[in-house]
Amino acid sequence: MGSRGGRRLRAAAWALAGFALLVALWELAKLVLPAGGVTLGGTRVLPRTDDAAMPHVWTVLARLGVPEVAGAAEPRSVAAAIASSALFTLGLALGGLVLGGIAGMLLAVLMQRFAVAEKAVLPYVIASQTVPLIAIAPLVAGWGGKIAIAGWAWQPWASVMVISSYLAFFPISVGMLRGLTSPRRADVEMFRSLAAGWWTTLLRLRLPASVPYLVPAVRLAAAAAVVGAIVAEISTGTRGGIGRLIIEYAQSATGDPSQMYAAILGAAVLGLVAAGAVGLLELGLRRYRGSVA
Amino acid sequence: MSADGSRAVGSGGAGGTGGVGSGGVGGSGGVGAVDAAGGVGGAGGVGAVVGRGRRFRGASVVVAPVLFGIAVLVLWQLVVTVGGLPAFLLPAPTAIAEQIGAQLPVILQTTAVTGGNALVGLVLGFVLGVLLAILAAGVRVVSDLITPVVLAASAIPIVALAPVFTTMFGSTTEIPRRLVVTVVVVVPVFVSTARGLRQVRPVHDELMVALAATRRQYTRFVRLPGAIPYVMTGLRLAAPAAVIAAIVAEYFGGLQNGLGSRISSAAANTAYARAWAFVAASIVLGLLFFLAGLLAERLVTRNRPGGAS
Amino acid sequence: MTGTGTAAVELQGVDKAFGSVRALAGVDLTIDAGEFVSLIGPSGCGKSTLLRVVADLEEPTAGSVAVAGTSARQARLDQRYGIAFQQAGLLDWRTVAENVELPLQVHGVGKAERRRRAAELLELVGLTEFAGSRPAELSGGMQQRVAIARALAPSPRLLLMDEPFGALDEMTRERMQAELLRIAGETGAAVLFVTHSIPEAVVLSDRVVVMSPRPGRITEIIAGRRPPVAADDLVPDSLDPEAVEDVRETGAFFEAVTAVREALRKGAATDGPAG
Repeated sequence: MGSRGGRRLRAAAWALAGFALLVALWELAKLVLPAGGVTLGGTRVLPRTDDAAMPHVWTVLARLGVPEVAGAAEPRSVAAAIASSALFTLGLALGGLVLGGIAGMLLAVLMQRFAVAEKAVLPYVIASQTVPLIAIAPLVAGWGGKIAIAGWAWQPWASVMVISSYLAFFPISVGMLRGLTSPRRADVEMFRSLAAGWWTTLLRLRLPASVPYLVPAVRLAAAAAVVGAIVAEISTGTRGGIGRLIIEYAQSATGDPSQMYAAILGAAVLGLVAAGAVGLLELGLRRYRGSVA
Repeated sequence: MSADGSRAVGSGGAGGTGGVGSGGVGGSGGVGAVDAAGGVGGAGGVGAVVGRGRRFRGASVVVAPVLFGIAVLVLWQLVVTVGGLPAFLLPAPTAIAEQIGAQLPVILQTTAVTGGNALVGLVLGFVLGVLLAILAAGVRVVSDLITPVVLAASAIPIVALAPVFTTMFGSTTEIPRRLVVTVVVVVPVFVSTARGLRQVRPVHDELMVALAATRRQYTRFVRLPGAIPYVMTGLRLAAPAAVIAAIVAEYFGGLQNGLGSRISSAAANTAYARAWAFVAASIVLGLLFFLAGLLAERLVTRNRPGGAS
Repeated sequence: MTGTGTAAVELQGVDKAFGSVRALAGVDLTIDAGEFVSLIGPSGCGKSTLLRVVADLEEPTAGSVAVAGTSARQARLDQRYGIAFQQAGLLDWRTVAENVELPLQVHGVGKAERRRRAAELLELVGLTEFAGSRPAELSGGMQQRVAIARALAPSPRLLLMDEPFGALDEMTRERMQAELLRIAGETGAAVLFVTHSIPEAVVLSDRVVVMSPRPGRITEIIAGRRPPVAADDLVPDSLDPEAVEDVRETGAFFEAVTAVREALRKGAATDGPAG
């Protein structure tokens, strides 16, 4: 036990050292490389390293404590702005994950139940994962304010959630299908010999068996949902999220990118938080693991 | 593991494609050493489904999806023309086809720009990912330092780094987008290659000890050749992801001459059919990269029983 | 061809502990040049550990190990032994011939010489026509024959085999046993052979070493029924598979099988308080 805890501690220390190394490399580049960068044959091969391009790490961190807009009536620190935007985006991504996850699971059950559905649809599901469907994000943006469903006017954030769910949908449907079809033939035949119907087999055998496949799929889907939400915010111009905040800061701060960099750090932290949440889910579902090597 | 399992490994690539949305743009694995393997395993899972799909050799394999595709197109056309669906929601297939015809030279040019960026970034990221993985496999300290950083990178939205590179290299060059693609590609290639280098069968380990092989011989005869299917899987995962990253990076500013900016500017000008024409081009480009990655993998591993089981 | 005077393997008072588990306790065993010795016993009796100690894959906790008159480590570095495991462990990406060449390549033998030797060995195991094939195209038995050819590549005077036929079906297994006897006869190499099959041990061996667990030790050594090969018989294909079949049907064979079985039972009876 002790050695295991020690190993964890050691791994964590190395991880910290790894990130410290990144910071050190950044600062080293500032120190060693020419401020104007290096241009070879009209192409800049080394970056500009002055404060207008690569601010010191501590400048970026210090920026977090500064009010977002100087002299505003209700001053809000940059950190607070980033945190609330990241939470907003996280909410949209979570909504997208849930919507996409439910749809993906239903499609997987459908494909498992009807071989024809699997044959007809699966190639498209697979292919859709290899093509840049996120490209349609700007098109979904056009829905905002133009359509209404049952009296509810389409909101821009709903577009973001739809795109996010779209990206989350595919990994889950494919992972779930693989899980549903994973029980060995002998197990399926045992259920058949017990005269268990399709529904019982699904509930008692296929669903539990699919958990080990579903967990990594959810991990992929969560990362996809976050990326989808951020990209969708930008291309739909939805305000309030971290993606949009990055663009706003980028446009408002020529000459001092540290505020934008702080927002990008916020987006990175958001991704890590989402991955961490899936990790917790994984811990909770641990007892279903193990049947898959 | 026999053919089945190996296929799962071999075509883990498709899993990465699963990651596309994620593996591609954001990341493919999870956080933590254990999760990393799980992530790739999950990816392999997707691959196995592909494999299963490929094994059905009956006519229905071709007929069912083709019929389904045609049915969807016809239904789509009917809904738009008869049902009067507004163009901003979904333009008719015929309208999109018309735009593809009208805009063909622009589409080809734009696709070439994005494809070039994706290719340069893919090559750079692939080389970098493989080299880093070999270094990490050989030197413990390097592995301890790099692995957590790469795993964290797999969880964060890498495309959001686009503005950083644009600020550093200027908004008039292709470099920022190519760098975004590079970083996106490094992640799955590193994870997959590192996994391959770790997966030496115990019997091969013992054999090399019994043969009194040196460390270098061990690497040359067993470790590197054994990792090659995994390296190719990483490449296949990364190839379509490179295209997606190249497109999406444009949404974050910088040079506006690729598919991403064409789609958003057409959408902003309410030229929806034209935007969809560029989306179609993106899809073709993505498929092209995917198939190229798949082909490369099959060619390299064709003599292996099942990848690297 | 036999005998330089030194024993192939000489073990004295060998102990091996894994933590608090005594895998081997006070093992003394000498294998003469050209002798075929089997190790048999229930799982956990240390028979594989013993083989691995001889191969220098494990270091003994106490006792002395001499292989071909030198230390186990030196014997490994000098390639004085060849080894085959339960899994053939062929490298998938190499052809059959390239797999056989591997030990020679590791020790810097030139390409032409490697080729020649591989061809020779593949003929010995009857796989000449598969030289260019990939391991995956071969059956389990054929893969194991390639592994044996690989083990023989550096012309060792000692062959270590850890349940090499354990994963094969019974028919293939019996064929492989005849094959192995022929090869051992032709090369004159001593063989240390780990198995859990009583008939296999009896039909192959000059001596069957019976072991028992907790702690792993030798309880009895019984004469095997290895078919005799006359000295002037040492030409290729000298050992007719039927000669091996004949042995299996002799009364002496059944007696030896019974003796080994009883030795095993006795070993189990002395094992633990329940016995």
